[in-house]
Amino acid sequence: MVNSIYSKKVIEHFRNPHNYGRMKNPSGLGRVGNILCGDIMYLYIKIGENDIIKDVKFETLGCAAAISTSSVVTDLAKGKTIKEALEINSQKIVESLGGLPLTKYHCSLLGADALSEAIYDYLSKNKKEIPKELQKRHQRIRNEHK
Amino acid sequence: MSKKIYLDYSATTPVDPRVLKAMQPFFSKKFGNTMSIHSFGQEAKIALEKSREKVADLIGAKPREIIFTGSATESNNLALKGIRGKHIIISQIEHPSIVETTEWLENQGVKITRLAVDKYGQVSPLDVKKAIKKETILVSIIHASNEIGTIQPIEKIGKICQQKKVCFHTDAAQSFGKIPIDVNKMNIDLLTASSHKIYGPKGAACLFIREGIKIEPILHGGGQERGLRSSTINMPAIVGFAKSCEICKKEMEKESQRLTKLRDKLIKNILKIDGAHLNGPPENRLPNNANFWFSFIEGESLVIQFDLLGIAASTGSACSSAKLEPSPVLLAIGLKPQQAHGSLRISLGRWTTEKEIDYLIKVLPGIVKKLREISPYGK
Repeated sequence: MVNSIYSKKVIEHFRNPHNYGRMKNPSGLGRVGNILCGDIMYLYIKIGENDIIKDVKFETLGCAAAISTSSVVTDLAKGKTIKEALEINSQKIVESLGGLPLTKYHCSLLGADALSEAIYDYLSKNKKEIPKELQKRHQRIRNEHK
Repeated sequence: MSKKIYLDYSATTPVDPRVLKAMQPFFSKKFGNTMSIHSFGQEAKIALEKSREKVADLIGAKPREIIFTGSATESNNLALKGIRGKHIIISQIEHPSIVETTEWLENQGVKITRLAVDKYGQVSPLDVKKAIKKETILVSIIHASNEIGTIQPIEKIGKICQQKKVCFHTDAAQSFGKIPIDVNKMNIDLLTASSHKIYGPKGAACLFIREGIKIEPILHGGGQERGLRSSTINMPAIVGFAKSCEICKKEMEKESQRLTKLRDKLIKNILKIDGAHLNGPPENRLPNNANFWFSFIEGESLVIQFDLLGIAASTGSACSSAKLEPSPVLLAIGLKPQQAHGSLRISLGRWTTEKEIDYLIKVLPGIVKKLREISPYGK
């Protein structure tokens, strides 16, 4: 298929998304997006020993960019420690997808936000210390996605 | 199925081989400029006037009432900008070339009224009547919606405009050549039509201007097209446009019956899918248009899944696919943004077969199911 909008990587992830579906009893859940804009992303994480993200799953309602972003975020986060996972930003996501069209950049931010929200959810549920940076991010996301 | 299936005929159509054949001599052999007085120029001039007759013939107009332009967008611009007045009435489901032009005119001080539509996208003639004021110069209503296919009660609206002595323009880019149009019977003063939607080449279109209606040009120069559209005449494209009109006139009745049957089969079967809804009216719509929305999924994902299977369809109109906002037309018929985001337009044409429709009907439920498995709301 010829497509000048999306990279081959994006189409690959869209055709066969990795790690999609609901997770039972997740350690943390990040819910971001806005139904009015047509993008909703749920990201589930299971945390194992030493704060390692053992498993990740996603559910996304959205365009090809949103779905492929979700898929690549799960790949990037799996096996990482919480600290490492918090370093996954939209730039890394866009790079891993071999680029995104400018009008779809917000989808990559959505992916990074969903992951940090899931981590925030896990930390706050377990009464663990939340890094200042993550707290700020959480506030921003809550304000933006309301 | 390895062959590609094109079901986006409302975006554009392939050139009919008969049209291409008619165009061919006008590239290198009959290449003259219609403004030249030598035989090359006169040969082109004769072909131009013959083309004008054929286009006029499809809508019951006089040849001299047809002005050739380069695109339907240009024709719409010429009609709205060229009429020069203080108040224009349009509907909420116009094509961007009307919407954007009226926004520009608004900045120039022209008052614009945008009429609401009902749940099928239909404009009420009574609303038109009520909206007409003393200073109203023009009513412009799209004949058939490019997105949801709704056919407007043009004849009634035209009659009201005639009684109120207001000019009536209709953008017929999607209906011209597909359903019968008679500018006299329908009381139309200005009409936009395009070549590439009816198996003619891109780069040719026209504006019908009823005799006696005063329009100012938006392009100034050599004075072609009675001074209303200066530019060297694009002969191959116009000859092709005329040929495509000739074919449509001959084949319209049979073709629209064939497409209506295929369209209705498609609609009936797609509506069997859970959470599939029809946009636009079940009847009184373009024979080749079907438009749906699916709950819990996004339209672009559907279109790309289709593309992976070799099927070309559209989320709404081709013009809006770069934008992220939901379609204003779908919002105007009462859809919520999240519903409008899940829209899919399938438009049929001259080479659409029943086999292709059957294939689409076969694969669509699987695509919808997969996308809903990914969606958080789909279970």
